[in-house]
Amino acid sequence: MELFGIPLPALLSQLLLGLVNGSFYAMLSLGLAVIFGLLNVINFAHGALYMMGAMFAWMGMTYFGVSYWVMLVAAPLLVGVFGVIIERLLLRHLYKLDHLYGLLLTFGLTLLLEGFFRSIYGVSGLQFNVPEQLTGARNLGFMILPNYRAWVVVASLIVCFSTWYVIERTKLGALLRAGTENAKLTEAFGVNVPLMVTLTYGFGVALAAFAGVLAAPILQVQPLMGSNLIIVVFAVVVIGGMGSIMGSILTGLGLGVIEGFTRVFYPEASATVVFVIMAVVLLIRPAGLFGKEK
Amino acid sequence: MKASREFTIYLALLVLVALLPVFGAYPVFVMKVMCFALFACAFNLLIGYTGLLSFGHAAFLGGAAYATGHVLKVWGWSTELGLLVGILSGAVLGLIMGALAIRRSGIYFSMITLALAQMLYFLFLQTPFTGGEDGLQSVPRGTLLGFINLADDLTLYYVVLAIFIVSFLLIYRTVHSPFGQVLKAIRENEARATSLGYDVARFKLLAFVLSAALAGLAGATKTLVLGFATLTDAHWSTSGLVILMVLVGGMGTMLGPILGAFIIVALENKVGDIGAFLGRTTGIEWFNGLGEAVTVVTGLIFVICVMAFRRGIVGELQEWWVRRRIQPAA
Repeated sequence: MELFGIPLPALLSQLLLGLVNGSFYAMLSLGLAVIFGLLNVINFAHGALYMMGAMFAWMGMTYFGVSYWVMLVAAPLLVGVFGVIIERLLLRHLYKLDHLYGLLLTFGLTLLLEGFFRSIYGVSGLQFNVPEQLTGARNLGFMILPNYRAWVVVASLIVCFSTWYVIERTKLGALLRAGTENAKLTEAFGVNVPLMVTLTYGFGVALAAFAGVLAAPILQVQPLMGSNLIIVVFAVVVIGGMGSIMGSILTGLGLGVIEGFTRVFYPEASATVVFVIMAVVLLIRPAGLFGKEK
Repeated sequence: MKASREFTIYLALLVLVALLPVFGAYPVFVMKVMCFALFACAFNLLIGYTGLLSFGHAAFLGGAAYATGHVLKVWGWSTELGLLVGILSGAVLGLIMGALAIRRSGIYFSMITLALAQMLYFLFLQTPFTGGEDGLQSVPRGTLLGFINLADDLTLYYVVLAIFIVSFLLIYRTVHSPFGQVLKAIRENEARATSLGYDVARFKLLAFVLSAALAGLAGATKTLVLGFATLTDAHWSTSGLVILMVLVGGMGTMLGPILGAFIIVALENKVGDIGAFLGRTTGIEWFNGLGEAVTVVTGLIFVICVMAFRRGIVGELQEWWVRRRIQPAA
């Protein structure tokens, strides 16, 4: 069977690959949006912390023989704690200044972290096996579905939509949204906003680390794996606008799929298609698809 | 600072730099510093005087380096035309990127410039004329105006110095002109500048194009000096490096970017030696690998500057000078 002159299984497998990439975009841009909402900081270090998640998982499995499933929880927790330390020690002192300094600080942290891991592990990829429960693939009749890729999409969808649910539908989320809207007033109602800020940052970067662990068996685990990704995620964030949680998730997934299609029909443009879309969106709707005009 | 004292400092610096080869400084190294100093000064025009943080300036440096290299090597154009092509390509790229990026402000502006520069990086990686991973090698220097032979390092040295001085004067003039005052007004309070009737978007775009054109000149000159143009010039890490130069030296100061460029270029050259020295003296093996991972050092400097040292070296010195004048030592 063929569609647009491309065999259907090939088309669908690229589509799945796009969906996998889209899940990473979605999780990363979601974390960026949540952090930006409350801290007004664009966390450049998001890519480096995503890399740290993958690295920690690799280190836990290689040096301590811990299973993939334990590291799937432990690595994000460790990175989350690391994020809390960064927020308390460094970021906290910059909130009163121009937002640019937050970007510059996290950019510096990115260089520092990437350089540090590079000085130990070099730039060649580290071996990271798919956990044995998820090896192999399933034949759906119209395409071959590798189990691990299916797992990545399902796991990230669950995480993304749980995050959406917590923020939009629970009391905790209501406090968070109140803090985003007006931090001073929320504090006046007795909410411990500084603590909320710290934990939000920790949660946002833990989400990045979770994406990193998920990505580890499919993409190469190496110290620079996050830096190219984060720039694409920035473009995703500009396209979607950071105003809405659901908007971030949908934009991330959608752009992953579009990228996948581009790889089928015009592979030369697959690296640049997201940036081209960003340029078009800026011309038509500068505030982003889900952003609000100020 | 009084104008006459300022003039004396500039003149002393100029004489010093002009005499550096006589004192035995390696001309190519100083020329490289001057190229990056020009790049940093161009960048400072945006961040220091207009308040725009561009994260994509490597695109102009790299784009112009390729354009100049191509017309000199493949088309055999003359050197002065090559430099002109560099300036123009920087300006055109700046016009396109700037027109898109100024549609958003603040932090979005930075993200957009970064994303567009990354797109250009991928284009450079794919198009054949850049030579891909190998870059554009052995670009001839040629002769300037038909009679100045630039193959000699010392001759080129004074040509590069002249290029730098002219550009520096242009930036100085821009910053101290009514146009520059409007830019500073936009930096301080954009809404008020708008309410005073200034077309803020046009001023921003003009500043962006000017900065991009000068960054292009820096890239073109760099190709001339080193004889090659590579992907590194257009990579996002170069955009980060120029931010660091301006941050270390002092945003919004005339001399800060020059000092910052010198410190960072020297550091990049020497960090391997410093690491090897630390490895020998402390016995910690890890330091020996520092040359391979320069970003540990640059990242650390970034963090220290942002946390404790936001005025930069020249900014802190100026501040100290002013305070000393207000409160004479007892």
